[in-house]
Amino acid sequence: MRTEDLIKALDADARSKAMPLGPAWWAAFGVAAVVAAMVFFMTIGPRPDIMPAMHTMRFMSKFVFTLALTTSAFALIRALSTPGAASRRAKLWMLVAPALVVIAVILELFAVPEADWGRRLVGSNMMICMSFIPLIGIGPLAIFLGMLRYGAPTRPVLAGAAAGLLAGGLAATFYAAHCFDDSPLFVATWYTIAIAILTALGALGGRLFVRW
Amino acid sequence: MTGKDEAELSRLLRAAIAGDERAYADFLHRIAALVRGFVRRKIVQGGVDPEDVVQETLLAIHVKRHTWREDAPVLPWVYAIARFKLIDAFRRRGRRIEVEIDEIAETFAEPEAETVSERDINRALDGLPPAQRSVVAAISVDGRSIGETAARLGVSETAVRVSLHRGLAAIAKRFGRQ
Repeated sequence: MRTEDLIKALDADARSKAMPLGPAWWAAFGVAAVVAAMVFFMTIGPRPDIMPAMHTMRFMSKFVFTLALTTSAFALIRALSTPGAASRRAKLWMLVAPALVVIAVILELFAVPEADWGRRLVGSNMMICMSFIPLIGIGPLAIFLGMLRYGAPTRPVLAGAAAGLLAGGLAATFYAAHCFDDSPLFVATWYTIAIAILTALGALGGRLFVRW
Repeated sequence: MTGKDEAELSRLLRAAIAGDERAYADFLHRIAALVRGFVRRKIVQGGVDPEDVVQETLLAIHVKRHTWREDAPVLPWVYAIARFKLIDAFRRRGRRIEVEIDEIAETFAEPEAETVSERDINRALDGLPPAQRSVVAAISVDGRSIGETAARLGVSETAVRVSLHRGLAAIAKRFGRQ
């Protein structure tokens, strides 16, 4: 087939429509949030003392971290799924969430006596944390990988990892409402591991499924 | 290539997305020439036929045109897709190459004309289900219109449009999956 002939076929298909990628990402994110919420409320649900907990800095700080991650990962994945889009600034924004966690950890180390560090780091929920963040995040991750197929990421593995980070941020936001371990020491350790699991799965998914 | 080209190509693609077929044909012809110039300069050793990469790029541009933001420049988008398809073509043939991400070189890409030879896309076309294959072949190789194809095959124009769209999407997907 000559290229001229191919162009005739493409031109005849000019009227076929697809939702622009930007709005499609918002729709996908909405669906993913609903899926995550359903899994969360059907399994562990929020902790019973969530109302008084909301008046404590440590509890609320968890949402600052997870929402910072979610927001920056959403911007990054949108850039990475669009060919030729600048992603440098979005990559730099990805440093915000880890930086906030590091600052919180340093403050925590000053705030609590050294004898207490170990107990706060280990907490009482690490297994639940490491299993439920991936569990809540796996549905959203599948949706985000599907969106990468709908988009056109020129670096599929990196984009897949961003999908994992986004799913991890979303899942951790829900999980944080359940968990009693509010210390930044706990968050920095176990949330990070749980989100890293989703990130690795996302990168693998990007490698295997995101072809176009 | 100049800022004028950029503005003109953006205008054409915007019009095409709004349903203007003539603007789309114009856009695709210009893009084909530019991508051909780009790909030929990047392929210095043999093994990959530049025209195959041009065709894969055009198909990808077509099935992924919803990823272009209408307020963003169109040429970086086009070249990012072309570069991706070029790397993919080398990867499929078991070669590893570094395609330099050289924006300056791209601005000197000169439009070039097609050379004819056996195409990968023919094999992809042969892999389609018969109904899709006959529609795609009628419109591309035979140069028939949607209406003529519908009359010849004895089906509705809508059915022809659906088969064409699915056939093109399937060919594009095959290139991606290999």
